[in-house]
Amino acid sequence: MTHKTLRVGALSRVEGEGALLVDVRDGRIADLRLSIYEPPRFFEALLRGRAFDEPPDITARICGICPVAYQMSACQAIESALGVAVTGPLRDLRLLLYYGEWIESHTLHIFLLHAPDFLGYDSGMAMAADHREHVERGLAVKKAGNELVATLGGRAIHPVNVRLGGFHRVPRRQELAPVAERLRRAREDALATVAWVAGFDFPDVEHDYRFLALRHPSEYAILSGRPAVSDGSSFPVEDWPEHVVEEQVPGSTALRARLDGTPGYLTGALARYALNSRRLSPLAREAARDACLGEVCRNPFRSIIVRAVEVVHACDEALRIIDGYTEPDVPAVPVEPAAGVGHGASEAPRGTLYHRYRIGADGLITEAAIVPPTSQNQARIEMDLRDLIEPRLGLARAELAALCERAIRNHDPCISCSTHFLDLRLDVR
Amino acid sequence: MSGDPVVIGIGSDARGDDAAGLEVVRLLHGTLPPPVLLTESSGDPMHLITAWDGARMAIVIDAVCSGAEPGTVTTRRGPASLPPAGRRRSSHALGLADAIALGEALGRLPAELVFFGIEGGDFGLDSPITPPVRAAIRRTAEAVRRALR
Repeated sequence: MTHKTLRVGALSRVEGEGALLVDVRDGRIADLRLSIYEPPRFFEALLRGRAFDEPPDITARICGICPVAYQMSACQAIESALGVAVTGPLRDLRLLLYYGEWIESHTLHIFLLHAPDFLGYDSGMAMAADHREHVERGLAVKKAGNELVATLGGRAIHPVNVRLGGFHRVPRRQELAPVAERLRRAREDALATVAWVAGFDFPDVEHDYRFLALRHPSEYAILSGRPAVSDGSSFPVEDWPEHVVEEQVPGSTALRARLDGTPGYLTGALARYALNSRRLSPLAREAARDACLGEVCRNPFRSIIVRAVEVVHACDEALRIIDGYTEPDVPAVPVEPAAGVGHGASEAPRGTLYHRYRIGADGLITEAAIVPPTSQNQARIEMDLRDLIEPRLGLARAELAALCERAIRNHDPCISCSTHFLDLRLDVR
Repeated sequence: MSGDPVVIGIGSDARGDDAAGLEVVRLLHGTLPPPVLLTESSGDPMHLITAWDGARMAIVIDAVCSGAEPGTVTTRRGPASLPPAGRRRSSHALGLADAIALGEALGRLPAELVFFGIEGGDFGLDSPITPPVRAAIRRTAEAVRRALR
């Protein structure tokens, strides 16, 4: 039996922390596990007994990078339980806030976490000195996202302005004018970013992904939609628990999801693009075409291009909403407590984020369930790693470890929704 | 650089004493002269760089974990006074040190950088801020006011 042990201290530049364990025996991968700890589970317990209107603010604290996603899925689940519909300019404002978060999150991933992989740097900070022009452009786009979130959410991190039925306060038209001005420049920078990342050298890798993403009749789904699968099936959000079943995995507090009985499906940018690319804004579609993305992209390394295209879409759609914005009569529609169960899902930057709440007649939460994108993607990321590294086990250890890191970063896992740190251990025997 | 000074609190509300920097900024609201900008941050370097862009002075407050007594406040001046960024980087682990590295690479550092580090005692999920850190938050807010005079 051949036997060697590889240890790598940390898996850097993924969001949050966790551990990857790879056990190699006689040239084959005997075991491969991404082990993570998951605060969403902690929060599910914390939410029981709280008032029906508290989950949007409480769950927003789960993730510093995508609090809006948690707020939106929570609001929609509770509003659905209580028979409330948020439409018109209030829904548009929610979309606008969400686009701000997409811009912030994707830009951070593209420039500081993902691009350095393709240009041979171990961090975005190291890359910045040599690629200043591009990173400056990234900062300008990021700033537009920050301002959008701060204007609508009350502050750039952990927005506090969202409530059931709408917002505590809605912006005046004139408040959005300077944001629009910055977004117009950001849209140009986002287009240049697509061209920049499309020119990277991509490993020739494709996986036979089974995609899951929300689908909306007229939008590139982000705020709401019907869960759709790349095999052509779809189901209402209310049927989520029948289709997506989570199971406990040894060595991890994270639950692992199966879709219709099969593990290893993918949610996130590649899934959204595969299922909804025709609903991108015309400008974003054109950018995707110029980047030769095709209608479906199965190369996870090229997900950086898809995220860049989504940033163009977010800037473009945000501007469309601001241009047509009329101030709503009230900042929120009334929401009264009642007994019921509600389901809500939205597209967090990293993929579909599902919430379910059961509310008692006293208005208190009796049951909460949160299914974050990273726990859905965990099995698929492990499959990517197997497919990628098994034929390359002869590589030097450092090279192999770097490849594992890249394969994980391709999916931008928010292991932060989970843990403190991702430690990579390769046992090769 | 002649821009207005900025005070930036870094932290997370979900992690006990890690919220110390944010709480200092919240205490300072309405107590400083108008040109001073107050900002909260998760530590995202791209946000920090844009937050202190053009400021003649940036005061940054964050929780630290050095093994000192919880509530201990340390003050450092200038980017070189802070430890360099470590190898373990994730966007949640990214922080001030990475922002300084990025700022140096891009020539985007404030003319003067003052750092207040508040030693935390409990960073547990959804833990309350501990009493010594709560007291340190009040002391630090006062120190920031003095530094801006």
